[in-house]
Amino acid sequence: MTALWITIVAVALASAALRAVGPILLGGRELPSSANAVIALLVPAVLTALVVTQTFSEDGWLVLDDKAIGVAVAAVVLALRAPVLLAVALAVVTTALARAFG
Amino acid sequence: MKSEGERGSGGYLAGARAVLPLALATGVMGISFGVLGYSLGWGMIVPIVFSVIAFSGSAQFAVASVLGGGGGVVPAIVAAVLLNARFLPMGVAVAPFLKGGAWRRALEGQAIVDASWAMASRDGGRFDREFMIGATIPQVILWIGGTVVGVLVGGVVGDVERLGLDVIFPAFYLTLLVEELRGGGQTIAVVVLAAVLALALIPFAPPGIPVIASCAVALLGLRGRSS
Repeated sequence: MTALWITIVAVALASAALRAVGPILLGGRELPSSANAVIALLVPAVLTALVVTQTFSEDGWLVLDDKAIGVAVAAVVLALRAPVLLAVALAVVTTALARAFG
Repeated sequence: MKSEGERGSGGYLAGARAVLPLALATGVMGISFGVLGYSLGWGMIVPIVFSVIAFSGSAQFAVASVLGGGGGVVPAIVAAVLLNARFLPMGVAVAPFLKGGAWRRALEGQAIVDASWAMASRDGGRFDREFMIGATIPQVILWIGGTVVGVLVGGVVGDVERLGLDVIFPAFYLTLLVEELRGGGQTIAVVVLAAVLALALIPFAPPGIPVIASCAVALLGLRGRSS
């Protein structure tokens, strides 16, 4: 029980610290313009990594499962310039169906 | 999303509204976490407290996975820290747009969560502070509320994964990414490289590392700028 509490408090403190370090150290300083170019690209880089890892990674293993089918459907729907919510909804329906009948 | 114009006090509301579809999925995942924690014998208090003080789905599921698999305290903490290491560069990116002294900034930095941060990004590496905070609030409420529901209903709901709702997160990030890709040339290069790098690292590196490695790809922004 105590080990569990130590773990969750440590993880909470670490998460808070990781979120706070940048804002504290940088204060309100403007970043140099070269940094702005990097940060503008950080957004697509992080999003790409989140899409890839949340689709193809399960407990550190590379997997190709029902989730990938759903994300692929979303990609096709988005490529057809359909509304964003429709793409997400179809991804959910596809994944649920694949899990039900897969 | 790149749309301009939703600034000032209206930004909070705009952020909250924009994130609602994802926040509903966050609520369902909260239920899932509550059920999981309760099933691991954590009781009702620990999962709820964990969601309140950590507010990080990926890290909390990682802790449950490590401890549930018989792992120790240190591996559980390390797994969670690696997964959340992305908050460091994300915090640096948003830092110039937060307000107040050190403590206030540290507090506002707690609003950094993946979806809010990405949706609050604007052209030229700028961020909409109000939009980010506004988008985080519904996610916090639904994550914690979901956890409470999860520990209360326990085994009743069964496996929420069957509903396919976990796919909402990658699908939603994909929609944000498509908006980014309209930025053109260098963005496309970064996305391709980041995707290849993350895929290549998943089988070899612990979870979290592929994301950090992909962040480093953004350093390409230092090239090809004649400044």
